[in-house]
Amino acid sequence: MNGTQVAATLPAGRHRDIPASKVIHPWPLRVMHWLNAVAIIMLIGSGWQIYNASPFLPFTFPEWATIGEWLGGAIAWHLAAIWLLMLNGLTYLIWGFVRGHFRKKLWPVTPRAVLHDAWAALRFRLPHEVGVYNAVQRLLYLGVIALGILAVLSGLAVWKPVQLWPLSDLLGGFFMSRIVHFIAMTGIALFLAVHLLLVALVPHVLPPMIIGGHLEDLETH
Amino acid sequence: MTVFNSSRRKLLERALAFGALSLLPGCDFDNVHHPDLADDFLRLMSGWNNEVQAALFNPRTLAPTFKPSQITRPPRFNAFYDISQAPHVDVATWRLELSGQIGAKRPWRIDRLRALPQESQITRFICVEGWRVIGQWSGVPLRHFLRAVDADTRAHYVAFRCADGYFTSIDMESALHPQTILALDFLGAPLTAPFGAPVRLRIPTKLGFKNPKSIIAMEVTNKWTGGYWANQGYNWFSGS
Repeated sequence: MNGTQVAATLPAGRHRDIPASKVIHPWPLRVMHWLNAVAIIMLIGSGWQIYNASPFLPFTFPEWATIGEWLGGAIAWHLAAIWLLMLNGLTYLIWGFVRGHFRKKLWPVTPRAVLHDAWAALRFRLPHEVGVYNAVQRLLYLGVIALGILAVLSGLAVWKPVQLWPLSDLLGGFFMSRIVHFIAMTGIALFLAVHLLLVALVPHVLPPMIIGGHLEDLETH
Repeated sequence: MTVFNSSRRKLLERALAFGALSLLPGCDFDNVHHPDLADDFLRLMSGWNNEVQAALFNPRTLAPTFKPSQITRPPRFNAFYDISQAPHVDVATWRLELSGQIGAKRPWRIDRLRALPQESQITRFICVEGWRVIGQWSGVPLRHFLRAVDADTRAHYVAFRCADGYFTSIDMESALHPQTILALDFLGAPLTAPFGAPVRLRIPTKLGFKNPKSIIAMEVTNKWTGGYWANQGYNWFSGS
């Protein structure tokens, strides 16, 4: 990704179908994005504290990176923040389907396009197109949505292995549910690391996620 | 008494650090009679989670059972104190005291409990910390005992007090679940002190800390009495 290449340097017509006056990130998306950010940070931080109470790998997370101070506090935060994540996530999925957000922005993703764009990105030849996600971005965004759903389902299985036994069985039982939950968290955390790195490299993508932003504003730079 | 007092200050500091509650007014950290906003928020959500779990609880859903070969050996001791501190109850003088909405309040001796029909289960014990063990317990189904003492099963809670000062309470629906037993035996022999002699509650539809050991008193009540851990911040219902 090359931060110096902005939309204005793109070949004409690559985002011809998007009017320049159109808001880059409509307000519902911005609200949901930041609510999700709060929920994810709370859930990962408290989840690390919960993991530390009974680690199944030969390490624990550093205390400073955890939320809740002790197991009881961490579980209380975890089971409070999950409601924000689930309600916000459900709203996002409904909004995304109804408004065609997924169809227009994240679809299609073909293996050929992913390989092409990944190769271009590695050679710093993949331009950032405002309002258009490249194939690698599409794959990552769809992937993190899937991981979010997996995290919720495996979390439910850990929370209620008796009452939600079909879900628990599907994931391979209580302990496997914990492992799947951990793997989903790891995937989301890695996504977050890449996500934040890319924002740091291409910082002009941040203001539109806060104030909306218009394509024309960026093109006149 | 505030529920989350042991960690209140840091909870709020962290919340502030993440901006989650930064717009809310400040509060008196050092006065326990004024629980802070993080406490109030977490208690509210924990109460809501109690409601959700009660709604999710199906009295006909059974906890999974296991084969004898799957029993965890040696069994794992767990308490809020070291194994050497486990209370040694004299079975000869031990009585189960009964109170609250119970018709027959006469205290129970161990031999009377043993005279009731016993049921055995090999079930999984899941700790709130995340680990789990499989054990075999047998004893009197609590619903049979509640009937035997003419308890009002329309009451909301069954509360327990223990020889080690531990206490907890469960919802009546869970108390009446067929796998909820007053266990007298563990791994085919009478309970030993570290594992809750002479009587403990075995309730595989809840987390481990809802399985009180060395019970000395039981109360059927509509008054919410909380529990040793619930009062410190663990979720009260803690269903499994």
